[in-house]
Amino acid sequence: MDRHAARPHTTTTGWDTQTRISPWRAFRALVARDLKLATAQGAGGLQVVVFFAVVVTLIPFGLGPDVALLQRIAPGLLWVALILASLLTFDRLFQADFEDGSLDGLVCGPLSMEGVVLAKACAHWLTNALPLIVATPVLALLLNMDMGVLGFLILTLLVGTPGLTLIGALGAGLSVGVRRAGILIALLVMPLYVPVLIFAIGAIEQAQRNLDAGGGLNLMEPNALFLAAASLVAGLVGVLAAAAGLRLHIGG
Amino acid sequence: MTGQRLELEGRGLMCERGGRFVLDGLSFVARGGAPLVITGPNGAGKSTLLRVVAGFLPLAGGQLVFTGQPFGADEALAPDQLHYIGHMDSVKPALSVWDHLAFWARYMGAEPGSVDRALAGFDLERLAALPGAVLSAGQKRRVALARLLLSERPLWLLDEPSVSLDAAARATLSHVITDQCAKGGVVLVTSHEPLALPGAAELSLAPTPQAGAA
Repeated sequence: MDRHAARPHTTTTGWDTQTRISPWRAFRALVARDLKLATAQGAGGLQVVVFFAVVVTLIPFGLGPDVALLQRIAPGLLWVALILASLLTFDRLFQADFEDGSLDGLVCGPLSMEGVVLAKACAHWLTNALPLIVATPVLALLLNMDMGVLGFLILTLLVGTPGLTLIGALGAGLSVGVRRAGILIALLVMPLYVPVLIFAIGAIEQAQRNLDAGGGLNLMEPNALFLAAASLVAGLVGVLAAAAGLRLHIGG
Repeated sequence: MTGQRLELEGRGLMCERGGRFVLDGLSFVARGGAPLVITGPNGAGKSTLLRVVAGFLPLAGGQLVFTGQPFGADEALAPDQLHYIGHMDSVKPALSVWDHLAFWARYMGAEPGSVDRALAGFDLERLAALPGAVLSAGQKRRVALARLLLSERPLWLLDEPSVSLDAAARATLSHVITDQCAKGGVVLVTSHEPLALPGAAELSLAPTPQAGAA
């Protein structure tokens, strides 16, 4: 995209801005800044991973050490625990930039509000969802999960979590002016997670059946395709609604 | 810059906030070369006017024109036309001053050398390595204002830029604004404290009636 935009820029009023207006460059700059902020502010991502691990390890205490049962419910359990952990991460997504005035400056730049939402969601996925996905195999071992199914679970997480992150962005964008928005975001967002969760679990169950029948994994299986579609639609709706919410709030 | 004279004109601007018209048929002209200082009591609509021009607030009526280019009702001004510096400093506690300006330079598409220029412009070189968390209010303000020097923009919207600045920094700010005007730029600035701005025009906003107009 740089190729289209990276040229010295003169505005319509003939003022040489001495800049190279490039949305792609601005996008990368914003992602890089958010990654830097996430690492500088320390253990936020790690805390979420610990929460995820604690939820998963609590389950056997609640259900008793029935290995066959745990193995059977492991994929759904990991998905739900990951969703709960990710819900904790959205309340600060836009809050800081909104409160300290950065958002005003960001929308005066080359990115549209949708671009800002997407860039911040990218950084959020890398610092929050990705660590959870990386932790999943370790927790799957704890639940004695089948290794073939584990591979497919990771795949569904990789496909599904970008959609979940953007739905979370929707909740964060709509509630950005609200103090202690955490629970409000959770209530807004959880119903919208349902399609992604249903298709992810459906796809994993189908994969399990295929493996049990001695077949291989089939990525073009309907549930897997629906999962991808649900994630895509969730992402699209999330970006548009989050941007609309933020626009409303900076005008408020 | 070409010979074209820059000019921002507002005609009959209406803006409603909380059920009353904060801007009620306001008209003004800000010409390039002389800063327009917007004065008025609290709640008169100074910040509202700047946020309307920046495109953050919707216009309920009226028209804005920047050098022959109408905007406001449906579309905002192109992002490469303006700098908006609001009340808040947008300084992140965890980012150093240098990182802060380097981010904005990259974001706005300015060349890397502009960071040094901006640091020098607001006398921030010695603070460059410090994180935002340890800066004083006045220092944060200077960091926020340094964004003005990262890239050239024809229109500046400055909302109370001199708050918490000391005398030396206020003089620097006046100097930076005067420089921008000397280049022909349009500067709208709200301020309670008088800034030394030679040749400044003044737009005095009357207090809006408190009764609901809507």
